[in-house]
Amino acid sequence: MPKLKVKVDPERCQGHARCAALAPELFKLDELGNAHEIGDGSVPDALAEKAWLAKANCPELAIDVIEDKA
Amino acid sequence: MSTRPPVDDWATDFDHLDPRWIENPYPIWQELRETCPIAHTERFRGVYFPSRYEDVRAVAYDTEHFSSRRIIVRETPPPRIPAPPITSDPPEHRPAKNLLLPAFTPDAIKRYEQHTREICGKLIARFAGKSGCDAAVDYAQEIPVRVIAVMLGLPEEEGDRFRTWIHEILELGITRPDILMKAIGETTKYFQAEVEKRRDAPRDDLISQLAAATIDGQPITEDHLLGALRLILIAGIDTTWSAIGACFWHLARQPEDRKRLVNEPALIPTAVEEFLRAYAPVTMAREVIKETTINGCPMQPGHMVLLSFPAANRDPRMFPDADRVVIDRKENRHAAFGLGIHRCIGSNLARMEIKVALEEWLKRIPDFRLDPAATVTWSEGTVRGPRKLPVLFG
Repeated sequence: MPKLKVKVDPERCQGHARCAALAPELFKLDELGNAHEIGDGSVPDALAEKAWLAKANCPELAIDVIEDKA
Repeated sequence: MSTRPPVDDWATDFDHLDPRWIENPYPIWQELRETCPIAHTERFRGVYFPSRYEDVRAVAYDTEHFSSRRIIVRETPPPRIPAPPITSDPPEHRPAKNLLLPAFTPDAIKRYEQHTREICGKLIARFAGKSGCDAAVDYAQEIPVRVIAVMLGLPEEEGDRFRTWIHEILELGITRPDILMKAIGETTKYFQAEVEKRRDAPRDDLISQLAAATIDGQPITEDHLLGALRLILIAGIDTTWSAIGACFWHLARQPEDRKRLVNEPALIPTAVEEFLRAYAPVTMAREVIKETTINGCPMQPGHMVLLSFPAANRDPRMFPDADRVVIDRKENRHAAFGLGIHRCIGSNLARMEIKVALEEWLKRIPDFRLDPAATVTWSEGTVRGPRKLPVLFG
């Protein structure tokens, strides 16, 4: 299984906070309510489904799930 | 309700105050999506109506050609009524929005959750022993007004006054500028007095916090402050009341969904997102300020665009089975709170209120249905939701 990483594009994020609700282990909100990936965005295998779910529910298409082939 | 000249053709003469549009707009929008995805009307001095998700998104993202200085389609344009940041364009928009955002993050909103539960519990206690109630009047409309009052630091009992202003500004004011300006004048006076009380003795509330706010080290102007307070009052009440009402309208008619949420309360947050998608209450507007083209449709400066997030949310190109309410829908990029820089500031507050309103009611009244002898009525204009929703228990 490829390793996944999540990344929030801060230019696109408008703070809908869907990702933090669906995958609080992977995303945190700043003092304005805008989202950021936690740490370097690495997704433990057990949370892969949550990562995809967060991406699929972001109204601003601000979330990338990157498959780390290395 | 105002009397409107009858509409013959939705594509060239639509009217969002038409009784058919108010009662059930979804078939009209679906027909437009397939035949004329950007409709236009000469009514209201010229308005465009994009009905597809992609076109709504394109307008929402394009702040160069579309301005938020007018966000409500009215019969006659009133003098500017700034309510920053909702009426702001870049570059003024960002600092005005950042001023309000910290008070509305999910964490900040959590402080009000327990109080919201208590409000719901008290409301339910008033009617739980009866054979039924009006879920819009006795429940939905009473929740957001009280929570906003607590946040702003105003008496919870002022609900009737606040709702009257909202009705005058958002509904009657569409065709009656005199009523609109009277309500605006009254809210300004009301907030001036409330700000004054806090100037010397700040309290632990949002009015005090905003009265002391600065942008780039400068205190915000009185106009900015009063506009922002009016915005919070107006935008936070009938919107969420409509969303809560729509959830109960759905559950009163769909016993399978109701039973499932009673048995699986953990599904409520997911179901709330689906209710927000299918019954999104808020339609915003933009003013075309530079000629442009959206999806091949030329748009003329001076005309308005109805920015229908409810229509975007029913676009089958974006949502499979868009007209079906699927309470466990997994992929749901709905636009109920808008798209782009004007994302609703109160979205986290609204979600909390809707979730708590459902949880508290379903715990105590798991079984209810529409009263077959009564009629459900809907609001008109900018915000869509049930205004009368008589239900029977058991």
